[in-house]
Amino acid sequence: MRDLQLSLNQTQRVRLQVALQQLQDLASQAAAYSSVTIADTILVNNEDGILKGHGTSELDGQVVATLCGVVERVNKLVYVRALRARYKPEVGDIIVGRVIEIAFKRWRLEINFSQDAVLMLSSMNLPDGIQRRRTAVDELNMRSIFEENDVICAEVRGFQHDGSLHLQARSQKYGKLERGQLLTVPAYLVKRRKQHFHHLEQYGVDLILGCNGFVWVGEHLKTGEHDMLDDQEKRPEISKSNKIDEEEQERTFTPLEVRQHICGIANAVRLLSALGFILTVEAIKDTTEAGVSSNIEIKDMLGPEFYVQIVEREVQRRISLLRKKG
Amino acid sequence: MEYVNPLTGFRLDGRRPNEMRQIRGEIGVVAKADGSALFEMGNTKVIAAVYGPREVQNKGQQINNRALVRCEYSMANFSTGDRRRRPKGDRRSTEISLVIRQTMEACILTHLLPHSQIDIFVQVLQADGGTRSACINAATLALADAGIPMRDIVTSCSAGYLCSTPLLDLNYIEDSAGGPDVTVGMLAKMDKVTLLQMDAKLPMDIFENVMQLAIEGCKAVAHYIREVLLEHTKQLECHRGA
Repeated sequence: MRDLQLSLNQTQRVRLQVALQQLQDLASQAAAYSSVTIADTILVNNEDGILKGHGTSELDGQVVATLCGVVERVNKLVYVRALRARYKPEVGDIIVGRVIEIAFKRWRLEINFSQDAVLMLSSMNLPDGIQRRRTAVDELNMRSIFEENDVICAEVRGFQHDGSLHLQARSQKYGKLERGQLLTVPAYLVKRRKQHFHHLEQYGVDLILGCNGFVWVGEHLKTGEHDMLDDQEKRPEISKSNKIDEEEQERTFTPLEVRQHICGIANAVRLLSALGFILTVEAIKDTTEAGVSSNIEIKDMLGPEFYVQIVEREVQRRISLLRKKG
Repeated sequence: MEYVNPLTGFRLDGRRPNEMRQIRGEIGVVAKADGSALFEMGNTKVIAAVYGPREVQNKGQQINNRALVRCEYSMANFSTGDRRRRPKGDRRSTEISLVIRQTMEACILTHLLPHSQIDIFVQVLQADGGTRSACINAATLALADAGIPMRDIVTSCSAGYLCSTPLLDLNYIEDSAGGPDVTVGMLAKMDKVTLLQMDAKLPMDIFENVMQLAIEGCKAVAHYIREVLLEHTKQLECHRGA
């Protein structure tokens, strides 16, 4: 809708209208949520003892919304959950970010937040794996670990005094991400779950759903291969100049089938995010399987016919879910 | 020239003196922006894109306890009758950028987003009078789309005084008649005026009438904008599902 420019023919348009109408009916049936816009009064029952949370403010003794979103009530807390806002970080979130600059003993990463996040050199495993104090030589060699525009997966360690995020990447599963695609989706479509790292065995693809809305789809790397860096370190400095050797090429060759799967899954994520459906591994797997089974080209997955099909599938899924509940 | 017909009371485009042009707002027109909107007032079409809150690009301008709001107004080459290339920093653009920035800054809750920057880019695609007002309305929609907390919906409308009648929402011909042009920007629910501009001269009592007319126009626009935002929010939430 927002990101995809589609030209639907008449039947597709009618089918889409019907499906969207059904979604709306289901939504109004399932849960009574109250949407508010800016400066709408929020109804509160007992005036005293109400905690005004995010997205609310007080005006003339009334609670007024400052964001467009949905009113959520938890016991005495009333807050407005905004939809298309930037990422709201919490300690322990898994995020994916891109390196913007290398500063004094730290890397600055762009994540979908109001400020850039900071990854300290001391929060990152050294290539040789030894736990030691970072020396001046380490600081000078920061570029050999991560450069500008590298994609990194890390975890939120805490907040700094000015509100920006402090990250850490000390585990084997965090670090530089290579050989894949980085996708940007609205942050509200990625819910916090127990698992954010998914390995899709049948495609041989790694899927990382960053809480900040950056989704990584890439070739599956066994955890040991993050240590590829220390092979590079052991080689003499000369080989850095001719990086593209024969051996390197052979090692870094991704088979065509895996690349096709990566593109298929990435297109599924793009489609679901354009439609505004929540991104879960099941939904992504389901969409990719639908694409494979209906024998359409990977590039046609972003076309009008598949778009309408996915909306119809989602309607069926929600109807069956509602039937199971009620 | 007869801007208001003395017999029928109609204006040049067939409106009554206290009638606004048809307004239309659409959210989500620029895919890459955090928030964006298209706003039309009659033939005036304006597109607004909001980026932010994001890291301050120029560290010297960073404010420690508030967000930095920047605004840039530009007119497309094809927006007026004759295709003309406008220089980027010309006086009129700078003035209107400043006006929009001050208006929006008054209503954004900047203290909730310290150390960050909010960029508002407004571009006029078709100019037919009232571009300033259309820009403010479009910027409001775009900021709400981006999820930036605001005190209230800011709307703006212009009014003038021609042929001894206060006229609401002047178009280009009425604007270039040389009569007074009052632009009012206000916070709709809180009933507070944040922008008041006028060129030419008006006696005080007539000015009050014209300003009151513009305020009513603002309230009508606010009503429409609120409906557009509510509809959009409902649609997003219903797509998102459980």
